[in-house]
Amino acid sequence: MRSFLILLTLGAVQAFGQGLTPAEILKQPTDSWPTYNGDYSGRRYSTLKEINAANVHTLSLSWATRFGAGGGRGGPGPAAGVQIKSTPLMVNGILYFTSPNNVWAADARTGRELWHYQYPPNTGSTIGNRGVGMYGNWLYFETPDSNLVSLDARTGKERWKVSIADPKLDYTSTVAPVIVGNHVIVGIGGDHLDNPGFVQSRDPENGALQWKWWTTPRKGEPGIETWPDEYASSHGTGQAWIPGTYDPELNLYIVGTGNPNPVMAEKSRKGDNLYTCSIVAINPDTGKLAWYFQPSPHDTHDWDAVETPILFDGVINGEKRKLVAQASRNGYFFVLDRATGKRLVGEPFIDTVNWAKGYDAKGQPIPDPKKFPTTDGVLVSPSSNGATNWQAPSFNPDTGLFYVGTSRSYSMYYLTDVDDHPQGWGGLDSGAGSDGNALLAIDYKTGKVSWRHEWPSGGGITNNLSTAGNLLFTSNGQNLIAFRASDGKILWHSSLMAAPSAGPITYTLDGKQHLLVAAGDSLYSFTVNQPVR
Amino acid sequence: MDFLKRIALPGLLLLAPAGLWLSAQEPAFGGRGGGEKGIGAAITGAKEDPAAFDRGAKLYTTNCAGCHGATGRGGPGAPDLIRSLLVLDDEKGILIAPVLRDGRPDAGMPKPGLSEPQIADLVAWLHVQTYAAGHRSTYAFLDVLTGDKKKGESYFNGAGKCNTCHSPTGDLKGIGARYDGFALQGRWLQPRGGRGGRGGGAAASNKSTVTVTVTPTSGKAISGTLDRVDDFSVSLRDSEGLYHSFTRDGATPKVEIHDPLKMHTDMLSKYTDADIHNVTAYLVTLK
Repeated sequence: MRSFLILLTLGAVQAFGQGLTPAEILKQPTDSWPTYNGDYSGRRYSTLKEINAANVHTLSLSWATRFGAGGGRGGPGPAAGVQIKSTPLMVNGILYFTSPNNVWAADARTGRELWHYQYPPNTGSTIGNRGVGMYGNWLYFETPDSNLVSLDARTGKERWKVSIADPKLDYTSTVAPVIVGNHVIVGIGGDHLDNPGFVQSRDPENGALQWKWWTTPRKGEPGIETWPDEYASSHGTGQAWIPGTYDPELNLYIVGTGNPNPVMAEKSRKGDNLYTCSIVAINPDTGKLAWYFQPSPHDTHDWDAVETPILFDGVINGEKRKLVAQASRNGYFFVLDRATGKRLVGEPFIDTVNWAKGYDAKGQPIPDPKKFPTTDGVLVSPSSNGATNWQAPSFNPDTGLFYVGTSRSYSMYYLTDVDDHPQGWGGLDSGAGSDGNALLAIDYKTGKVSWRHEWPSGGGITNNLSTAGNLLFTSNGQNLIAFRASDGKILWHSSLMAAPSAGPITYTLDGKQHLLVAAGDSLYSFTVNQPVR
Repeated sequence: MDFLKRIALPGLLLLAPAGLWLSAQEPAFGGRGGGEKGIGAAITGAKEDPAAFDRGAKLYTTNCAGCHGATGRGGPGAPDLIRSLLVLDDEKGILIAPVLRDGRPDAGMPKPGLSEPQIADLVAWLHVQTYAAGHRSTYAFLDVLTGDKKKGESYFNGAGKCNTCHSPTGDLKGIGARYDGFALQGRWLQPRGGRGGRGGGAAASNKSTVTVTVTPTSGKAISGTLDRVDDFSVSLRDSEGLYHSFTRDGATPKVEIHDPLKMHTDMLSKYTDADIHNVTAYLVTLK
């Protein structure tokens, strides 16, 4: 019996020889970028240092390729309008990346397209797609109309698809699925019709549902007391629309959830509205909640707490701890103990936040009712776009700094639905300007800003990657930029043909470190050229 | 909360030319100020016949509102129709019509006794309601004129320092006739427009043009209208309309940007919401 099991295991390894096993992800490989965040921790940090602060000024383009949705190889088809907001995966020399309704594979050595999968036209929102998850030779992709599609990574052929939500209820799917063991963990977006939010786990072989965790509690469940009733809770939304992170030792999947519904009209949902705008830890085998922390209790400003919760170990007040950190859309930076969810550090990271009156007993901000949206408008910072947003932050264990793109924005928040039973958004915000956008490097031990770089002309919130080469890669406008991670000095930049639209990644290929970034409809691959030997 | 002291870049303002902000934001709600709002916009968006909608509204009030509430969002003993999965899943009445024909006796809903055209009108009304809830672009702003115009005038001439640049008999003369309350409130708070754009001629006037002076280490300073700036280059058009661009390397060359609207951004951290409503109530009187 024992030998039979071993044979089976060997067989499985051979079958997945060209692919990716969940066990390989645990090793944090440097010769691949196997998940949305590069590994399970969400740090977007690489131990590679062939490209480093001393030589990054020689970083140069090895190839750039445009990808079209018009079908076929070569240049973009008519009205392609491709925006690659996905972080590519790189496994065994092949890049896998997406835009809504499209998946591509390309040779990482040349940028040459290997296959292009196109999902049929549908009515789902095409706001963005964060990429694919990979298990063995299979890829997993969420579609705008909320199907989970599995492709054969070798050919781009569809294996199967399963519906994960009803698109007529305004669900839309943008999440890159996260593979943990034999679980394909998917989330969802869409918050116009007060639809319930959830995280689901699917079987990698056939897409069958393994578990579903509602982001808001049902009758009799803990947290229901933070809603007027089950009806309000079950229409309370809280979509988890960014991939989460995973701690294999604690066996916890940690993910952020979005805003409660109705979004800006809070009359019918008095209470903290758990587990919306929360960081939650879920057992990936059972779908059971282990702990939560709520950055925005009773949110009325669309401040999804979905921003990547980054896992790292560190020392706080002299004690070594397993931590999780989030720079939340509401303007606050939090560091929690990731075994318990207990808050250890909490500080606003923009100085314009004006919506909270201190902290509650758990260290969560207490929303000021004077800043709930009104028919005549209230001025609040940040805007609904947030002090930061989905764009990837990075944590660098060498510097102990958490890097995040930020905006000191203001909006007037208006209530538009004064019905006793408001629905959908129930209000709108109208931009009132910004006091500037900045890249921040936050000291995780204190939440204080260690260094900052003000962008001279706004330019939006951008994605980050840091490395052991004392580098931080980010972007501003069309510029891809390398900063010295320790002190924020700019060391290199290159102006691309479009603004970088997803997180930069790095890996070794044939023993050489590469930097790859998506910008608009193109990928760009950079390397440092060595002196002629 | 003032732990983030802004790095003092001499003369370099952090307010972007409007175009740079907008392209970077997620789209939120389009067509601001440009199109119809409210239920009219929802009828158009849902591609329903306005006459059918109107007939449906009357039929709803007569036949349905008693149980399902005046707005269809649920009442004593009858569910919310706008969040109804059956209504949301419906196309062309295929799912809704059978319920309206036969009622749901087991759930306490009597047979309404409607004609087929009446059922079609109610279907149109329901589709418009779900469209309206689900589409922010149709949301209509309500009354923003809640402030005290006297207090607004005092603030304008006092703590608000508006009168250091503006005059009710000069540049603001007649402004209350040109914009409704909502548009006016948005425009005076941020004349260059915020996210989502702003209707009513948002193009900033010449007086609000951002200018820049670039001083190379050797050679004389050049000033003009700011074209664009980032960490690596700055460009401008001089008074002759000639284009100049410069490579930036840290503090070289010296770049001084002047934004005449900076005060509008600086004041955002100082206003109370009452100040804002009061100033709007005052400005709207400047007919």
